[in-house]
Amino acid sequence: MKSTKTPNSRIPTKAPTGITGLDEIMRGGLARGRTTLISGGPGAGKSLLALQLLVNGARDFKEPGIFVAFEEDAHRIMDNAGKFGWDLKGLQRKQLFFLDAQPTADLIQSGDFDLDGMLAVLAAKADEMGAKRIVFDAVDTVLSLLDDVKVERRELYKLHEWLLARGLTAIITAKEDGDDHHLGFMQFMVDCAVTMNHSVEEGVSQRNLRVLKYRGSSFEENEAPFVIGDRGLEVAGSRHTGESRITVSNERVSSGVSRLDTMLGGGYFRNSSMLITGFPGTAKSTLSGAFAEAACLRGEHTLFVTYDSDANEVIRNLASVNIRLQRFVNSGMLLTKSARAINGNAEIHLMRIKNVVREHHVRCLVIDPVSALLKVSTPNAVLGIAERLIDWAKMESITLLCTSLLQSELSSQLEGTPMGISTIADTWIHLNYLVRAGERNRGLSIIKSRGMGHSNQVRELVLSAAGVTLADTYMSGGEVLMGTLRWEKERAESSERAEAESTRARQRVEVENAETELAAKIRSLQRELEEKRAEKNVLDKSATNGAAELSQNKKLLRGLRKADQSGPEKRYQ
Amino acid sequence: MNNRTQYKFRLYISGHSPNSVQAVANLNALGREHLAGCHEIEIVDVLNEPKRALSDSVLLTPTLVKLSPAPVRKIVGTLSQTQTVLQALGLSIPPP
Repeated sequence: MKSTKTPNSRIPTKAPTGITGLDEIMRGGLARGRTTLISGGPGAGKSLLALQLLVNGARDFKEPGIFVAFEEDAHRIMDNAGKFGWDLKGLQRKQLFFLDAQPTADLIQSGDFDLDGMLAVLAAKADEMGAKRIVFDAVDTVLSLLDDVKVERRELYKLHEWLLARGLTAIITAKEDGDDHHLGFMQFMVDCAVTMNHSVEEGVSQRNLRVLKYRGSSFEENEAPFVIGDRGLEVAGSRHTGESRITVSNERVSSGVSRLDTMLGGGYFRNSSMLITGFPGTAKSTLSGAFAEAACLRGEHTLFVTYDSDANEVIRNLASVNIRLQRFVNSGMLLTKSARAINGNAEIHLMRIKNVVREHHVRCLVIDPVSALLKVSTPNAVLGIAERLIDWAKMESITLLCTSLLQSELSSQLEGTPMGISTIADTWIHLNYLVRAGERNRGLSIIKSRGMGHSNQVRELVLSAAGVTLADTYMSGGEVLMGTLRWEKERAESSERAEAESTRARQRVEVENAETELAAKIRSLQRELEEKRAEKNVLDKSATNGAAELSQNKKLLRGLRKADQSGPEKRYQ
Repeated sequence: MNNRTQYKFRLYISGHSPNSVQAVANLNALGREHLAGCHEIEIVDVLNEPKRALSDSVLLTPTLVKLSPAPVRKIVGTLSQTQTVLQALGLSIPPP
């Protein structure tokens, strides 16, 4: 037998709010069957949040709801919510009911009264439509009519008991003002309490909400920023990364500059976050554009967000270095978004980016420059924004490239962490002007790149109509040569090479000539030698003939003289 | 005071809650004292007829509605502050 009355029955099950960030903060949503109190100053967004919880329940979780309006009348609330596209009219047919309960201006009061009538009406309505959620908006308005603290508490208790008995997931909103004797009591009474505030810090509007208590559940205790966006209230997710669902990838994606890919050992990691810092004009946007083009060429939806400059202008300018993005804008592969950072705070910009990313299944995201976004955030929230941006990108499996503008060439700032983002980015590329020999040249260095071997050399970034590339490195006296110096060095090396080449060719010709000459000499000598031999033979032959003739002649002479045979022979010898 | 004017009241109560019981008693006393023979009272228990309370936009109990003579007036509470009630009903001039 399964018992529901175990000790665990104190631990509430959750009724999802349908608001991503809020569900994270509340670890799943509202306490089902319990009461949640939302308090805040005027204009904090209480009624809107309450209505959204009801709409989401009715629309997405099959939990019809009742909205009891004590302060504003239902028509005004619906008009105000009209711009969020919640289809209140459609929902009202069955899943949503508005009860106008604001005390009329001509209401005359004489003696005590109670809320029993309302509860009877609500009970009937809740049964009829099978309501699971109920909102009491601005309950303080009606309580103050009771004009007696004890009576107020009695009615609140009655209301709370009634809600528990009916098992409704209730949301009560109440103003926070100086006179908050009911507020403290309500916060004590309910199982979950949320406070909302709206403040302006250094001219930047900032909305936050915070869970004060949540019986039987853990919750994010820090303030969470929220915005009222195009689709209602959106809460920045908690920074809680305990149960991360991050997909770590070893896949590399191209930076769009092949020699930079080589420097990085193959490109950026997919789903990683890159930061490119640099002074104005150091080609940060160009590297962003190269990355975006490469992503589009791979067929990945890419979002290019530009702040304080128009995206079309950026695209036109990039065409001058052969980064052709317009074709991808036309094909819908590349989405652009430009905004003036000052219009709205960082949270709002972040929400807008998230919405586009979600809608269009964006895989690669460029924010150029992210520093503009951080500028319109309150100082305390800056790191939070950067962290959440990167966390979120990882969660959503997005490869993120941010640029950040540095204003001064102070090395302290260079080595510091611009807006803290550089500490959490996976890859940090710094672009710099190097001034030498009367020239400014763009230098690129990889300051860090987690999880990959990378070149430690400062390289020259060369922009031309043919595209973007990194120049070969020339070292001279321990310095990397750039610009004209590099060019001269290149020229010098190539002319040396040419000279050596021609010298070799010349020498070869000379040797060949000598060889030919020698061969010719050898041939003529050979001929001479043969002549001499022939001559010698001739000589030898004539010598033999001569001797024989001579001795013949001598014999003949001796015969004629009748001389002694041997006498004259001896004298010859 | 024109005693021929007929007063029609409707009192919304919630069962036997103390406020409701008190309101019924106060209204009856008021009728006896100030509108003898020229008023009628309809009592609606919202616990039995919640739909009717809803369509009449009555959420706080007890609520007294003066239907006639015009104008229609709503008074919320136990009706214990007689002077306020009489004033609201246009009966503030006490009879001689």
